[in-house]
Parts: sequence; structure tokens; C-alpha cells
Amino acid sequence: MVASAMGHVLNPPVSTSQIWQWLAEVSDPEIPVISVTDLGIIRAVEWQEGECVITITPTYSGCPAMDVIAEEIGKTLQAHGIKPPSIVYQLSPAWSTDWMTEAGKQKLSGYGIAPPQQQVVDISSIQRYREVQPAIACPQCGSVDTQLVSQFGSTACKALYKCKACLEPFDYFKPH
Amino acid sequence: MSEDKFNYVLRLADHAMILSERLSQWCGKGPALEEDMALTNVALDLIGQARLWYAYAAELEGKGRTEDDLAFLRDAHDFHNFLLLEQPNGNYADTLMRQFLFDTWHYHYLQALKQSTDQQIAAIAEKSLKEVTYHLRRSSDLVVRLGDGTDLSQQMMQTALEELWRFTGEMFMDDEIDTAMHAAGIAPLPSDLKAAWDAHLADVMHAATLRLPDANSWMQKGGKQGVHTEHMGYLLAEMQFLQRAYPGAQW
Repeated sequence: MVASAMGHVLNPPVSTSQIWQWLAEVSDPEIPVISVTDLGIIRAVEWQEGECVITITPTYSGCPAMDVIAEEIGKTLQAHGIKPPSIVYQLSPAWSTDWMTEAGKQKLSGYGIAPPQQQVVDISSIQRYREVQPAIACPQCGSVDTQLVSQFGSTACKALYKCKACLEPFDYFKPH
Repeated sequence: MSEDKFNYVLRLADHAMILSERLSQWCGKGPALEEDMALTNVALDLIGQARLWYAYAAELEGKGRTEDDLAFLRDAHDFHNFLLLEQPNGNYADTLMRQFLFDTWHYHYLQALKQSTDQQIAAIAEKSLKEVTYHLRRSSDLVVRLGDGTDLSQQMMQTALEELWRFTGEMFMDDEIDTAMHAAGIAPLPSDLKAAWDAHLADVMHAATLRLPDANSWMQKGGKQGVHTEHMGYLLAEMQFLQRAYPGAQW
């Protein structure tokens, strides 16, 4: 712990909006094409008594990327001359893919991962019957003639689909 | 009161931890690649939830124990999970039916727990519920597919349901800790959730062409109080081996 007076000396007055811009350089370790700000997991950036406090909300409870993300944020700020921030984990309100930025969704698509549809899954519902699901467009060829192959994919946040038009398999970032 | 709350949160942690451990035992052995990934992903969600509950339990206890101490350095009689969750994986019908019976309870329980007057409990419940909703959709769907499947898959699902049925009663039995938590506005009364559980079960079993066993048949109990089936010791022996053999090992 560094005394707050010390903190003021160590930390040049950098605006929180500048810190937000730097955070946009921190990639998701498992999907490096999007940043932590694109993902919508950064809930707040504040200065508290000379210390930078960053509030993060986890995507999935067991997501192993969260520890790496906290570490990367610390390194990035350090590279800009700010001492590592203290990270606060906030569970509520629970993270939703609706918090992902439009730019982030476009980057996902360009990377070959179909971005999450908004509000597709009404989580208050436990109906097992398949509701009318919106068509998931293939990120390779754009066809909506696609099919769910596996409800779980390469990471906790993805499902596996295949395109019946171009026959390519692809990941779908699940709405959450 | 604070000791009751500690023990109460430990139960939630132990449910998630023990089922996660069982599901992890399928890793690399699933009947299809998609199923292998699904079970391990569900296990990952549950271990994440277990960590949140253990970390909060450790904080409530305030004796310097960590989440790892609680998971790896307690013996069977100090675990408070439902007997259902420690049952062996059996065949895939057994694993799937165990999952469905628990997911249905878990979903309704977390829905009610979101209203807890304890903010941390409410927040963990809210977070977990999103994941558990996905688990329940998947297990409900598969129970229908395999129940209303081939003669063999239907018979295996029916047998699994009958074998596991005696472990379901415990999920709705209120004990003194449940009553104290309910009185304090911290948690729902388990018996109050039975109707919603019954309704979802009846709906799914009907679509799955499976027969529900007698609701008044004799039920096993004791998991929440630390009295376990013989399977628990073997499960812990494997789960805790590293920390028991090499105390404090880290990587």
C-alpha cells in the first residue's frame, strides 16, 4: 500500500477518459481481436485518493481469462506510467452481451465469430421447446442457412454452428 | 446467526463444487465430442460459482481460511452437498438425469435467492442464474430427446430416473439452518420451491414419455447435514489428493 500522498506524486494527473482509451488497447486473451472495452466488462474507472480503481464484471463465473485480463490491464497502465490499478470485481448487475460495443461485434464478425444477437434468449424462460430463433448469419459467406452443432464451443462464451451454404463451421458468441 | 450463514453459504458452494468434480470426471470420455465439451463447460461454470461461494464463506467465517482451504482441507462430514450430486456418473443416462434433476432445483432456487437481503448472496445468485438457465435448457432438451428416443435410450433414462429418485426429496426438506435463513430474509424455504420443481418435471417427463416415480416413496437424506453416501470419501480422495499429499502446493 502506498500512502495517498505518495500516490499523488506517482500518478500524474491523467483523466479517466485517457485511461479508458488505454484500456481499449487491452485485448481479450482468448479472442484477441476485441478489447476489454469492446467486451463491455469495464464498468467504471475512477481515481480514489491517488489510486486508480477499475471495476470489472466477469463474463462467466469460471472464465479463466479474467485473471489474465486484470494482469494485462495492470501492465498496460504501467506502460503509460501509471502504477497498477486496484481491480474491483462487481457481480451485479450481471454482465450481458448487450453491453458489447457495435465496433466489437463487427470485429468479431471479421474474425470469423458470429456476434451475439441482442435479447435472443429470454433468460426468465425455461421452456425447453426451441422458440423461433433468429437466424445466425455465417461470418464467412453471410448466409443465414446455418445450424447449431454444439451448445458449447471452444470457450465458455461460444457455441458451435455450421453453415449449410458454404459448409464452413463457425463459432457463435452466445447471447448472455 | 453468523455461523448459520457461514454453513448455509458452504452448502451452496459444496453443491456446485461436488457436481463440478463429478462432471470433470467425464473429461475426454464423453460419448460424443459435443457432449464432452458440454459437460466440461458446465463443470467450469459450476467451479466458478463454487469459488464465488467459497470466497464469501471464507470472508463470513473470518478465520483466515481461503476458498482453497474450504474445498481441499475439509473431510466428508464437513461437506454439505446434496447426496444426489455425489452419486457416481454411471452411464450417460445417469449423468444426464442427475444433471436435469439438479438443474431444475438450481434454477428455481437461484430465482428465489436473487431476492436475498444479503447483497453478496443476491449478486452471486444473479450471476449464476444466467449460466444455470443455459444448463437447464440443455438438460431438459436432452431428457426429452433420449426419453422419447429409441427403446433402449428410453429404458435407460427411465431406469436412471428411478435409481436417482430417492435422492430428490432432500432438496426440499427444511432444516434449522434453512428456517433461520428464511426468517432473516436471506434465503427461500426449500419446501416452497417444490411445486415449481414438480411442474417443470411433469412437463419434461411427459414430453420425454417417461413415468414419474411415486412422489410419496421413501427418500434418503443427510447430505446437507454432512452424512454422506459411501461414494463421497472416494470422490474427495481424488479431488483433494494433491493438497493432502503436498500441503500448500501451488502452480
